Amino acid sequence: MSVLYLAQIGTLALIQTLLATGLNLVMGYAGRVSFGQAAIFGGAAYGVAIATVRFGMTPLAAAAVGMAVALGLGLLFAVATLRARGVYFLLTTLALGQVVWGLAYRWVSLTGGDNGLPGVPRPGGGIVWSFADDRGFFLLALIVCAAGVGLMYLLTESPAGYALRGVRDSESRMRTLGYNVELYHASAVVIAALYAGAAGVLYAFYNGFVSPQDLHVSVSADAVLTVILGGSGTVLGPALGAVAMVLLENWLSSVTSRWSLILGVLYILVVLYAPRGLAGLRLKGAARRVSPAGR
Amino acid sequence: MPILQLQGVSRRFGGLTAVNRVDLEVERGERMTILGPNGAGKTTLFHLISGEVPVSSGRIVFRGRDVTRLGAHRRAALGLRRTYQITNLFPSLTVLQHLQLAWQSLSGAKYQWLRPLRKYGDITARAMAVLEQFGMDDRRDVPVADLSYGEQRELEIAMAVVGQPELLLLDEPLAGLSPAESGRVMEIVNGIADGITVILIEHDVEAALRFARRVTVMHQGAVVMQGTPDEVRSDPRVQEIYLGQDAAGARPV
Repeated sequence: MSVLYLAQIGTLALIQTLLATGLNLVMGYAGRVSFGQAAIFGGAAYGVAIATVRFGMTPLAAAAVGMAVALGLGLLFAVATLRARGVYFLLTTLALGQVVWGLAYRWVSLTGGDNGLPGVPRPGGGIVWSFADDRGFFLLALIVCAAGVGLMYLLTESPAGYALRGVRDSESRMRTLGYNVELYHASAVVIAALYAGAAGVLYAFYNGFVSPQDLHVSVSADAVLTVILGGSGTVLGPALGAVAMVLLENWLSSVTSRWSLILGVLYILVVLYAPRGLAGLRLKGAARRVSPAGR
Repeated sequence: MPILQLQGVSRRFGGLTAVNRVDLEVERGERMTILGPNGAGKTTLFHLISGEVPVSSGRIVFRGRDVTRLGAHRRAALGLRRTYQITNLFPSLTVLQHLQLAWQSLSGAKYQWLRPLRKYGDITARAMAVLEQFGMDDRRDVPVADLSYGEQRELEIAMAVVGQPELLLLDEPLAGLSPAESGRVMEIVNGIADGITVILIEHDVEAALRFARRVTVMHQGAVVMQGTPDEVRSDPRVQEIYLGQDAAGARPV
């Protein structure tokens, strides 16, 4: 394997890590599964593509547009799901995600419709090194991703992070302790959206091309599976899941065309035999399985 | 002025009137027990006071403020705490983390996202002080799923008192406990610092009557009578609707 190939795969893994790390705050810590992360990831990517290709903005300005789109969508998701729990939360996020996908598909004059938007320029100059070649871009993604995972550690260890766990375990108890449960849920959704946005911005620059495929529900499902595979509710789980996922996809797709079937079986095995994911395996023995105390 | 006033408070679930035009006044510092057979509406009344369930009609005044339309977390911020009949803890968190969550809710810390909770020495210190008071300090790092049922009940109460509430609602703290555990929990309840007003729902009639100076008896959603423990013991209506029945935990008086 060449260094270049590793850099390319590594960049995809880092982007997936960012997406899944954000989602994990909603899934693993706040306890609600979102099936709409693709809308925010793809929305931010489209923001970058439209800003650069249609309006000729600089990469930095385009990145800001992408993050603004992610923030806007995150607030929309947060408001729409304010009182939605469990499967209703999942369905609401799924529906919103499909709306955004439909928008990109149909609003041809802005998004290019089915053809997508090619020609997103890579930020050429870079800062200390050039981001133009894949190795330089990998380093950029690595820094953004490391900052994102580090920040997530702080978020989950903070008083508000523990409040999120409390909300996940017992909403009624948190309410009568004086916590505004909706506010914590909404915060988790918006923070997750900013992570999805950062992933989408990097992806648009890296790939140079966005299409409705980037908004597809399969992207959302992949993010959910990455969290499950790595271990939801652990800070490093999503990163482990993302690396495993990208490596597996690359390797399996080179061996067989039925790779997604094999991945599917693998997920079922993980859910059955390692419900805390790869991170859980690492902690096996040390961490006891916690069963809900009589509810 | 009473710390809590209920004026004609009702709650209907479809055709069922769970709580029917209840008027109640609780004075500051008072210890009141609510007695009544299963289905009398006691726990629903707690849900209405805490704000978890909205009233169908009536008015609730807490500390001189009309809180009828206020959400549960806003009422909690005014100094209202409750425990649950069915243990309601956070299965994935440790004993210490439960008390940290209960205590930090009173400060701005609960909105802090960037500084680790363990660096808030004041929150940990207060949590540990209450754990010591409850004799649970050696259990601080135990996940609550590994606690005995009795310890879980004690933790319920510890979480409610850590913030020194103005009004504490205890919903059957002795439910499911062995006699020895009951004695210990009742000792804790009796020893809760002065200045906290307590309303207790309890099926253990003797424990309940020993605890309170004033007793409210509910039946089929309505208040049947109020009086001192002695008055309640000798009231023929109470003997008929409550003590006469084979209610769980009820012993002959």
